[in-house]
Amino acid sequence: MPTMLEVTGLGHRYRSKDGEHIALDGLSFDVNAGELVCIVGPSGCGKSTLLRSISGLIRPTSGQVRLHGDVVDGVPSDLAVVFQDYSRSLFPWLSVQRNVEFPLKKSLDKAERRERARQALEQVGLAGAAGKYPWQLSGGMQQRVAIARALAYRPALLLMDEPFASVDAQTRFDLEDLLLRVRREYDTTILLVTHDIDESVYLGDRVVVLSKSPARVVRTLDVDLPAQRDQITTRESEAFVALRSEVARLLHGQPAGDAPTGNGRPSAGRAPAKGKTGTASSAGSTAASSAGSSSGSSEKAASAKAQPSRNGQAANRNRGKGNGAKSRRRGRARR
Amino acid sequence: MRRTVRGLVGLVGFLAVGEVVGRSGIAPPGYLPPSSLVLTRLVELLATRSFVLDLIATVLAWAIALGIAIAVAVPAGLLLGTVPALRHCARSVIEFLRPIPSVALIPLAIMVFGIGPDTKIFLAVYAAVWPILFNTIYAMDEVDPQLVDTARSFGLGRWPVLTRVSLPSAAPFVATGIRLSASVALVVVVSVEFLAGGSGGLGRFVLESSSGSGRMDLVFAGIAVAGIVGYLVNAGLEWAQRKAFVWSAATGEAS
Amino acid sequence: MNAKLKQFLQRWGVFAALVVVWELATRAAVSPFFPTPLTILRTMRDQWLSGPASRLFLSDEVFGDVLPSVGRMLGGWALACVIGVAVGVALGRSRVAMDYVGPLLAFARAIPPPMLVPVFLVLLSIGTPMQLATIIFGTLWPVVLNAVDGARAVDSVKVETARVFRLPRHQWLLGVVVPSALPKIFAGVRVSLSLALILMVISELVGATNGIGYQLIYAQRQFDLPTMWAGIVLLGVLGYLFNTLLLAGERRALSWQPAGRG
Repeated sequence: MPTMLEVTGLGHRYRSKDGEHIALDGLSFDVNAGELVCIVGPSGCGKSTLLRSISGLIRPTSGQVRLHGDVVDGVPSDLAVVFQDYSRSLFPWLSVQRNVEFPLKKSLDKAERRERARQALEQVGLAGAAGKYPWQLSGGMQQRVAIARALAYRPALLLMDEPFASVDAQTRFDLEDLLLRVRREYDTTILLVTHDIDESVYLGDRVVVLSKSPARVVRTLDVDLPAQRDQITTRESEAFVALRSEVARLLHGQPAGDAPTGNGRPSAGRAPAKGKTGTASSAGSTAASSAGSSSGSSEKAASAKAQPSRNGQAANRNRGKGNGAKSRRRGRARR
Repeated sequence: MRRTVRGLVGLVGFLAVGEVVGRSGIAPPGYLPPSSLVLTRLVELLATRSFVLDLIATVLAWAIALGIAIAVAVPAGLLLGTVPALRHCARSVIEFLRPIPSVALIPLAIMVFGIGPDTKIFLAVYAAVWPILFNTIYAMDEVDPQLVDTARSFGLGRWPVLTRVSLPSAAPFVATGIRLSASVALVVVVSVEFLAGGSGGLGRFVLESSSGSGRMDLVFAGIAVAGIVGYLVNAGLEWAQRKAFVWSAATGEAS
Repeated sequence: MNAKLKQFLQRWGVFAALVVVWELATRAAVSPFFPTPLTILRTMRDQWLSGPASRLFLSDEVFGDVLPSVGRMLGGWALACVIGVAVGVALGRSRVAMDYVGPLLAFARAIPPPMLVPVFLVLLSIGTPMQLATIIFGTLWPVVLNAVDGARAVDSVKVETARVFRLPRHQWLLGVVVPSALPKIFAGVRVSLSLALILMVISELVGATNGIGYQLIYAQRQFDLPTMWAGIVLLGVLGYLFNTLLLAGERRALSWQPAGRG
């Protein structure tokens, strides 16, 4: 799988009255075509700044972002964003249908726009609400409209900024499953920012864990869960639980090694970072292979994914070049 | 800081354009005096006793009118705002009185009150009552019922709820109404002076400068003074409102 | 429906009752300044509805005074709205431009527009152009300032949404900025409409050879109080009518807003 998005050494600092504030501190990661990568970080760590830099809405103060090879300078033409605040990102004066059509005006004629909007609305299960105004819909439905709008735009990369943070828990589950379904149907590459650990693991092919402000990449984890996920069985699976615990530990600044040992991870403390971990699926093409490699997840208890190693970095540079068998053993730890 | 500088630059630019247009001869001589001449006249006028008296007459009439309008409209608005039945009854009357432009009453008021200050004060009150009245009624309508319920749940009676909850939460709207009324009242005072003459004031000064002698330099200076007065009144009230209702900044946005 | 009917009856019932009280009071007082409502109505009919049936009974005064007045007022107001929205939206989206002209705008708005009548009189002489200039100058500022406010306050998420979808400039302005600012613009437009009525009258009181305001001042000079009152009532009716029409238009244009607003 080719690399869709490369973020290298991305830094952003604001100058405010009380000195300089560093929001992003040299982040690097990439997203391959067809992948769904979740970025998870503590509240206020600069996730939104990161997303805005990637989308070209703001210019980073250092480093660069490449979207299929081209340096991002200004918003790329084949990128869409779904914002957290659907009530503010939808245009209240346009009907649902027209909201979806709105960004297509510049490129498609009326009939095509109609058709695309109709399709997208059907995909998100809102075919019947096309004529309504956003305020007539519930929050979850409004966010579906925003997702439909982004899908109808057919972006190469879809960025999502905490898309489900403003809806209630049940709706969130529904929307998560909806996202997993439509991403397969549209074969979209998605980068999703969230503060919700469970969500990041549930949705992602990979999870990029950020540190507290200023944001740095603590670790990138492969999510070795079956592609077909389910809100109940997936979430109760051992692999899921182990992963989410690990993300949680990383998030709270606790190195995995210092974790309490009472949760089925006996050797976590001492295991040196060898880069051989159960969760490591083929790092290069997670989406394609994760379904087949789910057997590996049972080993996760012994995971030693531990601290970032120099090995890991080197290995990562080779990502996608090696064959599957090799990369399966590679460490995923990244700084 | 930068904004102030830019504002000044804009002002200077405007005056420069006025200067160039005034000297260019686009308009017949004397019709559009250059800015420098107008500014000179303005300074001279501010040192002239009779002009200062005119200025005071205008400002005084305005202040009295606004005071009366507040005294009439705020209690009326509170009453109509808290008693829905009364409001329904009064509505048709208000809706038919309000659109009558105050200036249409000028001929009538002159006949009834003569050309003294009464006329302009009466008409200014008539014009200034409406914004305050409407904003007060609206504000009483908009009082968050949750606030009232909260107060009730702490055992406050009807009167304390009105004075301690409803009034404070309505106050910013009322203040906005007063600010609107203040500029309307000034417009009406000056207009009446201008149309009816006789009773002194800035409006009469402009009228006399133009009709008698065609002194456009004095006309423009008079207009500038009126503009400055209006600007100061509005800016002053805005400032006072911001000071007094710091807490309402956030709630004001939402409505 | 029933509640509506009740409200309607209540409203007009009170109004009718007041007119009756007014009639009785003026009959009792017999003041030359205050003719009875019936007299006023009769005068209005004689004045404006005494024409031939082929012209819907409209008299010459309607064509000679009322329509020119209304035309000037609506024309000036409409021009002011168009100019005001265009200028206001442009200024509202440029912080720098607003920094430069903001104080000037605040000053221009503060000038009582009638005071400019002598200036326009000198430059344009008596007649329609001078009246239009007065009306436009007086009604422009509320529209400009409200449009600036509205355009400036476009929600930041909408701004970013528009940027992400790389909307072309015209779509951004007409499809996002103007609709966002529309509620504010309407507020300004409404203020302007009532100002336009006032300025129409003022400009006719001073420099006109026809129009409602001219009739008004003419009647005053003739001590023809019923005609004067008829003019006042007509102006009230016109004001009410225009405001009602504008409100209906506003409700239509802003129908996308959640109920319970405006």
